[in-house]
Formats: sequence, structure tokens, C-alpha cells
Amino acid sequence: MPNPGKLSRRQFLATTAFGAAVTATGSISMPSVLRAQGASVKLGVLHPVTGALSYSGQQGRLGAILAVEEINAAGGVKGLGKIDAILGDAQSTPDGGVAEVEKMNSANVCCIVGGYASNICLATTQAAARYELPYVVDVGVADGIVTRGLKNTFRFGPGFGVISKTALANLAAINEQAGKPAKTVMIVHEDSLFGSGLAKLLNAQLPQQGFEILETIPHPTPTRDFNNVVLKIKAQNPDLVIPANYYNEYVLLARTMQQQQVKPKGIYSVLGGAASSYKFVKEFPDAARYIMDCNHWFDPRSEKALALKKKVESKDQFYTYEVYMNYSCVYLIADALERAASVDRAKVTDALASSTFSGHVMPYGPTKFVNGQNEGAAPVNTQVLDNDIKVILPAAFANAKAVFPRPA
Amino acid sequence: MRAFLPIAAVFVVLAAVPFVVHSNVTLNFLVVALMIALAGQGWNILGGYGGQYSFGHAAFFGTGAYVTAILQMRYGINAWFGFAMGIAAGAALGGALGALVFRSGLRGSYFALVTLAFAEVLRIIASVAPITGAGVGTLIKLDLGIQTLQFQSRAAYYWIILVLVGISLVIARLIERSRFGAWLIAVRENEDAARALGVDASTVKTVAMVISAAITAAAGCFYAQYFLFVDSGIAYGTWISVEALLTPIIGGVGTVFGPLLGALVVKTLSEGAKLLAGDAPGLDLIIYGAVLVLVIWIMPRGLIGGLSHVRKLLARRGTTTVPAGEAPHG
Amino acid sequence: MLSPVILIPAILNGLLIGAIYALVALGLTLIYGVLHIINFAHGALLSAAMFAAFFAFRLLGLDPYVAVFLLAPAFFALGYVLQRFLIGPASHGDDRNMLLVTLGVAIVIENALLYAFRADTRTIDVPYAFQTIDLGFTFLAVARVVGFVAVFGVALALWVIMSFTDTGRAIRAVAREKLGAQLVGIDVAHIYAVTFGLGTACVAIAACLLIPTYYVNPRVGDAFVLVAFTIVVLGGMGSVPGALVGALLIGVAESLSGLFLGESLGQIGIFLIFIIVLLVRPSGLFGARA
Repeated sequence: MPNPGKLSRRQFLATTAFGAAVTATGSISMPSVLRAQGASVKLGVLHPVTGALSYSGQQGRLGAILAVEEINAAGGVKGLGKIDAILGDAQSTPDGGVAEVEKMNSANVCCIVGGYASNICLATTQAAARYELPYVVDVGVADGIVTRGLKNTFRFGPGFGVISKTALANLAAINEQAGKPAKTVMIVHEDSLFGSGLAKLLNAQLPQQGFEILETIPHPTPTRDFNNVVLKIKAQNPDLVIPANYYNEYVLLARTMQQQQVKPKGIYSVLGGAASSYKFVKEFPDAARYIMDCNHWFDPRSEKALALKKKVESKDQFYTYEVYMNYSCVYLIADALERAASVDRAKVTDALASSTFSGHVMPYGPTKFVNGQNEGAAPVNTQVLDNDIKVILPAAFANAKAVFPRPA
Repeated sequence: MRAFLPIAAVFVVLAAVPFVVHSNVTLNFLVVALMIALAGQGWNILGGYGGQYSFGHAAFFGTGAYVTAILQMRYGINAWFGFAMGIAAGAALGGALGALVFRSGLRGSYFALVTLAFAEVLRIIASVAPITGAGVGTLIKLDLGIQTLQFQSRAAYYWIILVLVGISLVIARLIERSRFGAWLIAVRENEDAARALGVDASTVKTVAMVISAAITAAAGCFYAQYFLFVDSGIAYGTWISVEALLTPIIGGVGTVFGPLLGALVVKTLSEGAKLLAGDAPGLDLIIYGAVLVLVIWIMPRGLIGGLSHVRKLLARRGTTTVPAGEAPHG
Repeated sequence: MLSPVILIPAILNGLLIGAIYALVALGLTLIYGVLHIINFAHGALLSAAMFAAFFAFRLLGLDPYVAVFLLAPAFFALGYVLQRFLIGPASHGDDRNMLLVTLGVAIVIENALLYAFRADTRTIDVPYAFQTIDLGFTFLAVARVVGFVAVFGVALALWVIMSFTDTGRAIRAVAREKLGAQLVGIDVAHIYAVTFGLGTACVAIAACLLIPTYYVNPRVGDAFVLVAFTIVVLGGMGSVPGALVGALLIGVAESLSGLFLGESLGQIGIFLIFIIVLLVRPSGLFGARA
């Protein structure tokens, strides 16, 4: 065994010298800055742009950046100046997100937008709360995000509870309108936070609407093969299949159903990964036809939303919900900043809390935050018709009528 | 007592840091690095000193995290007690696993993959079992206060994790100086020869696993208290199994300070890469991976081994010492 | 659940997916058998191969079943170069370091793919992607059946190489006794690289057979790696027949446990089988006695 004295001294020197270097130079990387000159409004833009959620994170970041660019092109926030977007990568983990919040705080941002995934948002909103730093959650649907009594946390979009309630009410309405052809249901959901939470709510509420749940099938993300799931669907022949999963798994499921020639009366997805995705419709028109989804969607009557769609597609990207939700959140924050006439965090928080903002592109009406949740936020029902995604409910925003049951 | 001086010195220096550094960015960085160092030190007991490479230390980390979170949220148990229970649960799991696996004579890569399989089994169960909240995970209620082990100041967390790391350093040193440690190292160097000399290899390895599991479970309990949210991917995911083995190997397996040094270096490397790479997604990780490969290329015996090599060159002495942590093939 | 109408298709599905696992595992078992390392970079290499197959289709118009004849040698070369000039030298011959080096290589490859191609999920649309063989009570995807047949071909080819060629004999010699092989003049570094190359070529074949019914993104390989590791150890490290049999067994086990326990909990089936086999037979099904 080596002489403990000698080795230890070396180890000691190495460890402490190292530790000292790290802390003394403070060489922890500072987040990169989008436009540095003369901007007085610093906004933290936090998304999981690497790791398992990188596609969604990158789309979210895109939406936020487009909004910042537009606002700055029009002269910035009135009275305050241009926005400096400080980008952060949550690396698809809560601890990655928290580290970025710390950096953004020390870079003196007046507000943070983003997070995307519920588990990341839970940690990042809490970290921001330490500094009373206002945080606008872009997507994260878990109810826990707004039920912890955190004054700094605002969620622009809807949470689970509202989403499943709306989905069920709309399903009942669609079914009713078609003469109630659907009675039996099978739920296929991914087994992490959003899928499980949703399945639980659906299981409680579907029977109340008169539906019979034949089976609820959880599956992991990623799932390599859906043949057995489709086998079970085929064997039990439900009227309706309700999927709740991410894009990749949804694609595999839909393709496998097509292969096995399983054609239920309808596929009614809730927060479906691909069911209201232009990419899916473009790449798999046959598998996508007639699929319904209850999901985040933009206001189809909004000029601004359509202009953004054109802009995003001209960059060769798909117009996904992460883009327009983040876009809306940034505009919401800009409005709050203008009304607060200050970058002081407390004032911004108050401005957000009292916000009645309509300049967003979502079908929510003016914002109204109660305990951090935007009350008007709700999902919308879409259906893939004529190789395009149309809104079928609520009537106020609809641009097509539901086709149900699925034509033979 | 002299053998513990370096540990005491390192502890004192590190404990002084929050008085000098007030940046929460840095404190958060150090807290996470120390937590990883703790998990790594746990791995090091079994892998570094014992030569049994585990690919599934997440099993212990996650058990610590879940047990403390569930006890607090579902059974209203005090946070400190929950923490202790989490460590105990991890240790018990380590003992059960060790007894099962070592008595079957599993070694080397077979052992490594069995541990990986166990961690995966736990992850899958945790993702569907109602008690863990299944896919939704377990959220620990935000409630600042000493009795709930939640603090406003980052410095408080820093000192707690530092104390835990300090204890793990002392444990490692005690093992090095004890007869148990000698048996453990003998098993590492040549298990058959050790058995022939009368060492009860299976029991020694199992005891090492218990200690190893307890230390890594403590890191898991700490994670739960620091981030206040646990789900199956966080608790039992491969990320922590990889960090737990990466940091000791980089720092120097089978040494007291290896995991600590390795954790600081690896985390700093990750930050440095981000600094260099800017915003482009993935570029910082490319740099990180490339530097990782380079570090191993240049310093195959880990940083401590590398430093000792440099010192030997400088001292120009012909001493042949058995370098710490060289495992035989197979 | 126990009706043959469901059970038999489930078993057949298990065999078909097992064939894909086998292709991934074959490469890994060779690499383990000779280099004695768990190759952490295997999943990332699979992702890279999937991208290669994707671009071969998109840019060169090559159907994956044709592209495989181009990509398998290309990836053999890639694997050879990686091992000979990067992994081998960086590890200084230490197994433990090779583990970390392959981990570093995996991180670099996966993030290089992310950086270059973004995270979008990509798919190709070949005409036979939805063609099925109608068995009456179930449909079997043609693409999967092709994969099933192909894996036997690949396993046979590997067996022929290992048993009857000089290189194969050299590989077996190095696997069994590195020092002795060196003493009789075998260039061990070259053999290591050839083995790694063969393993990577298998991965390229797996990618071409998988892509008609699957998707491509920088992390796609990760989903297969854990199962592949499991199969390699289950079958006995270094054993080609072991990897094949182990893969089919795991495929069926996964399918049946998914049927009975649900897809999520059912994943446990893979690992439980693995743990039980190892506790009973520590060197795997076909492995040499430890």
C-alpha cells in the first residue's frame, strides 16, 4: 500500500488548489446573451435544448426568440428599451434547469420564461422563487406547478385539470352530436408525469360521461414496438382509442395500427404528441386522417398567429405548440414590463398578476391570473381534415365541423 | 490521527468557502458537485477499494431519495428522520443485493450488468407503483425551516452536504487503515488468492456494498431535500449511475479524495465547455466528451494517479509502489 | 389474454423484434468477447448508422436494403479507425479506461448528431413499410420478417468468418489468450480494431433493417442499448449463437410480459429473466464456465 502520508499531501494540495481555483476565479460560465448593446431589459429564456426533450426545447426557444426579435424591431418595450434575451439550456433535467436559473438571476434578469417539462418547471420555479424572480411557465401542465403558493410563478397555458375536463366535455359533445356511436374506450398513455396524470383523470371522469373504459395501457418513453398494444386494441375492438404520448411513440402507434388494419370509430387524442402536428400530417397523411386531438393550439382567427406561422415555416421549421406558446409568453411579459414601467422584479410580478393581456396568439381571451394560473387558458379540439389541421371546438374558434365517426 | 489531518484540512478550507464566495451560482454549482462527489465516494468504496464495478448505483441513490420523500409526504415523518431512514433503506438494499449477487459468484462485467439490471427494475417499478406517485413523481412540499430540512440560504445546504462528504472521506480513510480494508483490497487484487488465505470474500464484498450503498443513498436523500422533486427517471436513471462511476475513475479509484477531485473536475469541465460553446445545442457536450477522452488518454490512472506520476518524475526516485486501484483483468 | 389469437401473434412479434435486438447484440458480444469491454458507444453508433441510412435514402435515393451493402463496409471502416486510432490508444489497454473512453465517444457522437442535424424525428417512406403478410389472425410486417431472416444470415456469416478464416482464428485466439496470441505474432491492436469494426458493421446492418418501420433522431440508439447489453450477458459474452438465442428469448419474454403486465411494468420481464439466468448460470447461457 502506498505511503499514506505522501499520497494524502498530494491529494490535499490538489483538491484544495482546485477548489480554490474554481471559486476564486468565479469562472462559472455566464449565459450567452443575444444582443448586448444598450438593452436594459434582461429576459431569461430557459429551455431543454439538449437531452431527451431537445426538439421541444429548441422549438420553445425559437418561439421566444422570434417574439424578442419582433419586439426589438419595433423599438423594444415602450419606455424601457430593447430586450436582451439570455438563453439557457436546462439539459432536460431539473438540476440543469436550476443551475441556469441561478446564472440568470446573477445576470439580473427581470423575468424568466420557459422550462417546458413539468418536472423541470417544478424545480426552476422554486429556484426562482428564492429571489422573488417572476417566472412564466410556457407549457408544463402538472397541477403542482401552480398549487404551491409561489407568488412568482405564472402559467400562461392550461394545466391537467382543465385539459382533461375540456377534453371530456368536448368528447361527450362530439359523440352526442353524431348520435352517440361511441361507448367503449381504450386509453394508451406514456407512463411519465403527463401521461399518467391525464390517464388518472380520464379514468375517473370518462365513466361519468357514460363511456366504458375497456383497458388503460401505459407504456414507457421510448417504446420500441407497439405490436402488442395494437394486438390488444384489435382484440377488444373499442369504439374509441385515446392516446396521450409524445411524438415518436404516437407515430409508431399510428403506423402499427395502420399496418394491422385496426380502424376504430375514432382516435381521440388528449395532448397527443403527433395528433395535431403539421409534421405528422405531412409525413403520414394516411395514418393521420381524421385523428382528433385536444391540445394546445393557436387562435386560427388571429392574423398575428398566421403571420407567425408563415415566418416559422419560411425557416423550414414546423409550427408546433412550443413555438406559439413561448411567443405569446414573451409578449405577455413585454406587456407586463410596459405596464410596470420598470424592471424591478416586484413590480413586474404585480404587473403580471394584474395582467389582462390580449395581444397573444392563443384562443384564451384576455389573461387573468388567479394563484398564478391563467384562468382563460384552455385547450382546443382539432381534427386532421383535408391534409390540414382544423379546429372543431369550441365553436367560437372553429373553422371546420367534426367528422365522426370516422368514414369507412 | 495524522492520517486524518488532510481530510480535516480539506474540510476546513471547503467549509470556509461560503464566507468568501457569495455568488449563489457558484454555491449551487458546488452543492451539486459535492452531492455527486458523495455518490461517487459511495461507488468508490465498492468499486475503487473493492474492485467490484457497479453500473447500477442509481438503485441506492434513488432508494434514498424516494424513501425520504415518501416518508415525509405520505406519512408525515420528520425530514431529518426521513433522511436517516433513506440511508438505512439504501444500506439494507445494498446488503440484500450483495448477499444475493456475491454468493452466486458473479464477478466483473457480469456483476456490473446485474447491478444495472437491478437499477432498471427499480426504475420501472417506481414508474408504475402508486406509492411513488408513479409517473407523476413525488413533490416534497416547500416549507422552509430547520425541522423540514429546507433552507432559504444555499450556504446551509452546502455545509450539510460538505459534512456528509467529510464523513464519507473519513470512512474511506478508516477502511484504508483497517483490517477490513486490507481484506477488501486483497479481494480486489486477487480474489482467489485472498480466499485461499482465508478471507471470506463474499462477506467482505457484501459489507463493502452495504457501506457503499449507504453513502450513495445519502446523496439521494440530499437530492430530494435540495430539489424537492423525485421521479423514477431522476431517482433510478442511468445518469446517476454514470456520474457515480465517472467521478472516481477520473479522480482516481481507490483513493480517499479521488471522487471529490473527480466531481469538481468533471463539473468544471462541463461548465467550461458551456463557456466555450455558447448557445449552439450540443456543442458544449461535444467538447465535454472530447475532453473526457483526452483526460483519460493523458492520465490513465485518474487525476490523482496522474499527479503522483508527475511527482515521481520530479522526485526521480526509483520506488515501486503498488498504485491504488489497479484491478486485475477479468 | 391467454387465448391463442393473442398469444401466438405476441410470440411472433417477440421473435421479430428479438431479431432486431440480435443484430445490435451480435456486434456488442463480439466486442465484449474480444476486447472485454462493455462498449458504451454502441447506442450512439446505432444512431449514427440510422442517420446514415436516412441520408442514403434522402440524398442518394438508396433503399435501405440496398444501402446496407454500402453502409456495412463503411461502418466497418469507421469502427476500425475508431478503435485503432482513438479508443485503443486512449485506453492504454486498461478495460476500465476503455469504458470511460467509449462513454466519452458516445457523448461526442450523440451530440455531434444533435448539433449537425437537430433533434427532429425523421422517418423515411418506403413502399413496403406498410406491407404485411396476412396470417389470418394477425398481420406480420414484411420489413420485420426480412429483418428476422437477415439476422440468421448475418449470424451465419459471422460464424463462418470466425471459424474458417485466418482473421477469425486470430480473433478467437486473442479473445482466449491475448498474451499468447501476441507471442505467436498476431497483431493484437489490428485484431481489436477488426473486431470493433465487425461490431460496428453489425450495427449498420441493424440500422438499415430497422429504419423502414422506425424513426431516426440523435438518441434513437439509446433505447436499444440496454436491452443489447442484457442480451450479450445473458447469451454469454463473446458467443454469437448466445447473442442470437438470447435476443430471441428476450424478445419473446418482453412481448409476453408486456402482454400480461402492461407495456410499462412488462419491461421488467427483460431484466428479471436476465437476473435469474445470471444467478443460476453466472457465465450466461452459452458462455464458457467462469
